[in-house]
Amino acid sequence: MAPAIELRGITKRFPGVVANDGIDLTVAEGEIHAICGENGAGKSTLMKILYGMQAPDSGTVTIDGRPVELGSPARAIEAGIGMVHQHFMLADQLTVLENVILGAEPMRSFGRIDFEAARSHLKEVGQAYGLDVNPDDLVETLEVGERQRVEIIKVLYRGARILILDEPTAVLVPQEVDELFRNMRELKAAGTTILFIDHKLDEVLEIADAVTVLRQGRAVGTVNPGAVTAHDLAEMMIGSELPVPDAGSSTVTDEAALVIDGLTVTDGDRAVVDSVSLRVHRGEIVGIAGVEGNGQAELVSAVLGILEPDAGAVALMGQDLTGRPVRRRRRMGLGYVPQDRQREGLLLGAALWENTALGHQTKAPYSRGPWLSRAGMKDRASQVTSGFDVRTPGIDVAAHALSGGNQQKLIVGREMVAGPVVLIANHPTRGIDVGAQAAVWDDIREARAQGLATLLVSADLDELIGLSDVIVVMLRGRLVARLDPAEVTPRDLGAYMTGAALEAAAP
Amino acid sequence: MSTSRRVLMAGAAPLAALAVAVVLSSIVLLASGSNPLEAYGDMIGHASKLETQVDMLNRATPLYLSAVAVAIGFRMNLFNIGVEGQYLLAFIVAAHLGAQVELPTALHVAFIMAAAMVVGGVFSGAAGVLKVTRGINEVISTIMLNAVAISGLAAWWIVEWQAGGEISTTGGRVGTEPIADRGLLPDMNGLVEMFTREIAQGKKLTGMLLVAVAVGGLYSTALNRTVFGFELRASGANPFAAHAGGVSPGRMVVAAMTLSGMVAGLVGMTELMNTGFYPSNPVAGLGFAGIAVALLGRNHPVGVAVAALIFAFLDVSSGILQISGAASREIVVIMQGVIILTAVIAYEIVRRVRERDEAAAAAAAMAAGT
Repeated sequence: MAPAIELRGITKRFPGVVANDGIDLTVAEGEIHAICGENGAGKSTLMKILYGMQAPDSGTVTIDGRPVELGSPARAIEAGIGMVHQHFMLADQLTVLENVILGAEPMRSFGRIDFEAARSHLKEVGQAYGLDVNPDDLVETLEVGERQRVEIIKVLYRGARILILDEPTAVLVPQEVDELFRNMRELKAAGTTILFIDHKLDEVLEIADAVTVLRQGRAVGTVNPGAVTAHDLAEMMIGSELPVPDAGSSTVTDEAALVIDGLTVTDGDRAVVDSVSLRVHRGEIVGIAGVEGNGQAELVSAVLGILEPDAGAVALMGQDLTGRPVRRRRRMGLGYVPQDRQREGLLLGAALWENTALGHQTKAPYSRGPWLSRAGMKDRASQVTSGFDVRTPGIDVAAHALSGGNQQKLIVGREMVAGPVVLIANHPTRGIDVGAQAAVWDDIREARAQGLATLLVSADLDELIGLSDVIVVMLRGRLVARLDPAEVTPRDLGAYMTGAALEAAAP
Repeated sequence: MSTSRRVLMAGAAPLAALAVAVVLSSIVLLASGSNPLEAYGDMIGHASKLETQVDMLNRATPLYLSAVAVAIGFRMNLFNIGVEGQYLLAFIVAAHLGAQVELPTALHVAFIMAAAMVVGGVFSGAAGVLKVTRGINEVISTIMLNAVAISGLAAWWIVEWQAGGEISTTGGRVGTEPIADRGLLPDMNGLVEMFTREIAQGKKLTGMLLVAVAVGGLYSTALNRTVFGFELRASGANPFAAHAGGVSPGRMVVAAMTLSGMVAGLVGMTELMNTGFYPSNPVAGLGFAGIAVALLGRNHPVGVAVAALIFAFLDVSSGILQISGAASREIVVIMQGVIILTAVIAYEIVRRVRERDEAAAAAAAMAAGT
């Protein structure tokens, strides 16, 4: 039997980089095949080529033994390939059924949508693959895991037999991941071929039938997960030893640098941050765990001063911050590593030396009174790029030219050279490669040893457990648990994050 | 990327745009039965005369001020379409107030200009306040405020402040009470004639040219050398990052709109300082032309100056084409439009080439580092 997917010599160049360099890949029918690799290894490009979003410069794609030209996603769908993107593409205000048929509506006469036909087809698909959804639910009421299921059904509804999942577990908590894997196994049993991208190696080993590792645009090998360990895979990915987050011995002092007291932020009638009280001492890293959307973003914004809290107060080194604008807070020593570096951290079109001044522009050496000091700005920029290993041809290039990891190192460096008293690190290593991740961890640890108080918000549970001195769990705007990272496992954390552990503990 | 290549690329875009515009205009001229070479010859021949050059500078001066006003907004991602209304309103109020007072020369001129800047600033700042407090898009509010200023207030006040109290003629001139001569900025003919022959035909080079140059210098310095300018550019480039970096977005919107309006207030001063009163038919359209000039000049202090000169050249050329009959005068409007379009396209191409070069250089540095 011909393999479901056969890629031969796929090469794709972008200006200055070879994203895919002669990649060969064979996926058997009904196989769950994982693609692993660091950021920038070429995984996404390869998947985009397979889904017809990008054309390869050279190489062939063969589906079910037939060579195909995938000029567009429409052609890929015709060939039986469907893709679930990492960021869901669903209309919140529509029902599950409406979302599923959007763009592929069965029609009756006079342009009316045949909802009955759609409903029965959706039911068939759901039953055939063991995917359970209520067609009349509004998408905005669904949990992340359910939304993902809708995305998968959307693809299957269009007749896909080959499913591409782009980092499907990135947005899920462990319990939801279990559910996803159960679904994936049922899909496999029904004959679907699944190709998925994943960073989390334990998961890959658990679910995949075969694993292909990409490194710097090349396929370095396809292995049988039964024959390798996560450690082996990681070393294949980075081509060297693997860094681990490890906070080292405690440097916690009893001097509270950041005191959050009864902080409440409401959105309409709902309290998105609900009387949160928290202390971060000098030399301490407090990790905040939680499923995204449980108030972490609002908590961070309120501490930074972007969002006005409805009640409660924040104090920095004993000084009340109520009513003080962002600038005052930053001048008092509040550092900030944003969750989305391109949105909140950088001026993409501006030179690096301007970017390293952003957030500190009113202080020496960046300025003197109302005047900018270009020499001071450039000096600091050089200090940041060399001290924090930002790989760049110079400080005059624009920030968009840097890779994600280097942009992140630039931001972390910019905050660290300013000598903050308190650092808010919001997903500081999201979406960057292992090397840059290790560098960021090192920077935070080093600053911690010198007395920096860090509020760490992260979705990476290993990062939280490895770096934090204490972990608090945020659920529906409240701090619901305070855990010792030395004793907690990612699975326990997941249970707290979804509220399962609390319900179990309740009488 | 080497410095020479960078300079070459920066210069290439406007030159290419100009060349394409000339080619396209030639096609239009040929299609309409005119000889392009003859038309261009007339235009250039005309422009080589000293008197025409004075006309050009007199036209370029308010265009430049208007374009700088628009550019200040653009730098902050604000589209101040209201320069038109702001300058006409500032013009009439300053003309009226200027005629009511008697002050020593320097003070009198300064008073009139200050009045114009305050009016422009308040009127434009209001749009900023509306945006910050009520979330009203400044494009909408400034268009509305244009109507309020031009069809409303200015139309009312021209009657209210009519010289002689009623519709009357002051030496054949209908308009506000004339300002005493010592309240007017002197012309620069004397200064120019030190280097050239005497300027004939009673042409006067406006003293506002120096004010425009000073405004350009201030704009450049404020934008590139001050913390305020940095924050303005940061807010324009990425308001979220700027906010996280301690820049209050609301404050910057109001500040940018107010400054934009203050500069806009000076646009009408070229005419006022020449004639001394607000006429029933003031030179209009400068605010809208300023948008095109700012676009062509990429909001850059020097680029905008060059763009203002190009537009002024085309404007004064339209007259000679009509007289010589070499072509229809409307051809200059077509040329202005074509230059804008080609320039926008050329800038975009250059931007992409530059981004690609930078990405390649950064990728090379990455590779070298690993």
